[in-house]
Amino acid sequence: MQTPAPVGYAKATSVSDALALLKKHGEDSRIVAGGHSLIPMMRLRIAAPEALIDINDVAELKGISIEGNEIVIGAMVRHAEVLSSPILAEHYAIFREAEKLIADPIVRNRGTIGGSMCQADPSEDLSAVGAALKGSVVIQSASGSRTVALRDFHEGPYMTKVAQTEILTQVRFPIRPGAGSAYEKVERRVGDWPVASAGTYVVVSNGVVADCGIGLTAVGAEHFCAPEAEAFLIGKEPTEENLSAAAQLAADACNPFSDQRGPADYKKHLAHELTLRALRRSAAASQGA
Amino acid sequence: MQITLTVNGTEYTRDVEPRMLLVHFIRDELLLRGTHWGCDTSNCGTCTLWVDGEPVKSCTMLAVMADGRAIRTVEGLANGAELDPIQQGFIECHGLQCGFCTPGMMMTGRWLLDNNPNPSEGEIRECISGQICRCTGYKNIVSAIQWAAEHPATSEVTS
Repeated sequence: MQTPAPVGYAKATSVSDALALLKKHGEDSRIVAGGHSLIPMMRLRIAAPEALIDINDVAELKGISIEGNEIVIGAMVRHAEVLSSPILAEHYAIFREAEKLIADPIVRNRGTIGGSMCQADPSEDLSAVGAALKGSVVIQSASGSRTVALRDFHEGPYMTKVAQTEILTQVRFPIRPGAGSAYEKVERRVGDWPVASAGTYVVVSNGVVADCGIGLTAVGAEHFCAPEAEAFLIGKEPTEENLSAAAQLAADACNPFSDQRGPADYKKHLAHELTLRALRRSAAASQGA
Repeated sequence: MQITLTVNGTEYTRDVEPRMLLVHFIRDELLLRGTHWGCDTSNCGTCTLWVDGEPVKSCTMLAVMADGRAIRTVEGLANGAELDPIQQGFIECHGLQCGFCTPGMMMTGRWLLDNNPNPSEGEIRECISGQICRCTGYKNIVSAIQWAAEHPATSEVTS
């Protein structure tokens, strides 16, 4: 039987209340949202916070909306809501494709987008989606809020720009008219972490790639993205040859390691193949195929 | 810390340590042992119960996080002596052998049918993809859920 170490607990009623509770309980307090990463880590005694600040009832962290040119997702939005959101489905197929492959329907009822971002697992699917779409996060502290690009958000495995006295409140994505997007994942069994995943968006205009984004996870891509591959594609026709060359640049920039999910060279192969498949489908969708 | 919640329509107030997992609260404090406790890692799904109408793996939720919420467990499926169709389906289709995964399978199956009364086989299989069975295999479980879909209850059972 795995039981967490003794821990304090407080339920926050608002973001400002959560920030006050974080301050009150000190540096070993942690925000808990869905808890589907933190609670298992506490049971294994990998994490031993002194107090949990529960933000499940904070209404201002919920909901998916459009503000100007951006889609705004509250930090407490659960995977199940990301999966079924008509707003996200309208603009980016990548969300639904990625979410269908994250854990299982019951886990998706609890896990949140804010929690996934803050957990910052090096194999997190939503980190690849966020990096591909060049999204950003809003981080709030008692003195105000700041916006951080997702490609600048991670400081390493399980480490982000969110400081102890801060809370991630929103994840934001720019809307790109005409963009096609897709997500490709290889997993050992249903609901598992990826062996490798790639997500992309492509905007094809006048027969050439006008804009694109490539995100990868579980393969040691720095900041979960592949900027050299993106730069290569801009201005080029989305031919099989060009897409494959871009995918190869993306794979070359990855630095996976061998583990129980597979050897490094296999993961590198997957990085190329999955990026290519995602680019193919993104480009086709952008051209209305 | 004192918490108050309803389980299958009955209100309970208990004093618990914040570190207590919901599955242990339900089994060891309320002595409702129908909810099983399996893998401890939110993989096997046998501890699945409903919190405010949605299935949750109760080994990965603290009891204090359920304060003020409405829980439904496998004991809350039957309406008195009348079994829920999902329970009858497991009987009709031999949906269990050892029975260990059954409470989670039935709570997830009931939720599926409440939201999608006529699911395809693929939808059923996807919905129970977070539940692990180690003896009958999944075919009879899928059949049991299909049986329940084909034999809806005549009277609504509420939690």
